[in-house]
Amino acid sequence: MTPPKRQRRSPEAVPPEPSEPAGEQGEGSQPERLYIITGQGDDDGARASIDLVTLIVARAEPPPTTPPEQSAVIGLCTAPLSVAELSAYLDLPFSVMSVLLTELLAAELVQARAPIVRSALPDRSLLEAVMHGLQKL
Amino acid sequence: MDFKNSDTVTGPRAEDHLPHTAQSAVKVVIVGGFGVGKTTMVGSVSEIRPLTTEETMTQAGVGVDDNYGSDTKTATTVAMDFGRISITDQLVLYLFGTPGQERFWFLWNGLFEGALGAVVLLDTRRLEVSFDVIGRLEERGVPFVVAVNDFPDAPRYSIDDMRSALDLTDEVPIVRCDARRRASSRDVLMTLMRFLHSIAMTSAPA
Ligand SMILES: Nc1nc2c(ncn2[C@@H]2O[C@H](COP(=O)(O)OP(=O)(O)OP(=O)(O)O)[C@@H](O)[C@H]2O)c(=O)[nH]1
Ligand SMILES: [Mg+2]
Repeated sequence: MTPPKRQRRSPEAVPPEPSEPAGEQGEGSQPERLYIITGQGDDDGARASIDLVTLIVARAEPPPTTPPEQSAVIGLCTAPLSVAELSAYLDLPFSVMSVLLTELLAAELVQARAPIVRSALPDRSLLEAVMHGLQKL
Repeated sequence: MDFKNSDTVTGPRAEDHLPHTAQSAVKVVIVGGFGVGKTTMVGSVSEIRPLTTEETMTQAGVGVDDNYGSDTKTATTVAMDFGRISITDQLVLYLFGTPGQERFWFLWNGLFEGALGAVVLLDTRRLEVSFDVIGRLEERGVPFVVAVNDFPDAPRYSIDDMRSALDLTDEVPIVRCDARRRASSRDVLMTLMRFLHSIAMTSAPA
């Protein structure tokens, strides 16, 4: 039995997108990122540094003036918790979580522990540690 | 925005807390078409009950099949399952399952960024779904392995046939798995890590 075959996409061979309803999007087939973001967290620099697997830890008791949604975050991360987990427990999309956390970081109410990201030169000892950890599963 | 009241928020169970020594996390993405076993794989290796994080997209990016004839803008929620494996007291691995179809690629922006690599879960009943995904991973330079779920009613191709169908070089591992079994899913992750390790070996400066 022979399976269907993948065509590599070369820039000039990209077929027109037949599935795209005409007139919906002017600027090509790139799906738009259309989150509904509330709040003012407008400094993209700070927000960009928050990843789904950034670990968040509370630094302080929330002051009495802390808005309830921020208090809820602080209450959850007395022990380290990933942004993804916070998002799941609070039922908030990642984009909204980022805004909240940007505010909490600025207020120094939480601390962020950055993830280890894939770099141009992968870290062998990191991979060995992961393999060792998986072996124990 | 309706935030959950803090009283109604259910946080992690005591046994699901990470130790305070947890310093950093890494992530791996499991990508594949509908019903291919993403959630099953995440769940079979995760130390916590799999959780779900959701993102909302408006209709423009959703495609026609979710449009029930209304001309008002409808928001569709896309769920991503994820699980967790503690590697050491300092290091945590997160696994994210995400749908592979092109209309969900808006989810990819933050997801693949920094991910160590990806597992492409392959459904031999709908191989085509994976074609675009593989192309996209190649474009993004995300290293990946291919895991083929053995569904009883699915066509069974040889690894060689699949490699040629997917137009993959000999280096890219293709393995069979049963996502329902922890050991099998673990082996898939292990294959990915070994593959990444081999890349690290070959690209290391002399
Ligand atoms: N035989 C077999 N069945 C599997 C395997 N993995 C998953 N299944 C079954 O396939 C069905 C779908 O699995 P899911 O894990 O929900 O698939 P999914 O990719 O998360 O599906 P969506 O999130 O709906 O796209 C379930 O009934 C699983 O029990 C496998 O490796 N072998
Ligand atoms: Mg699923």
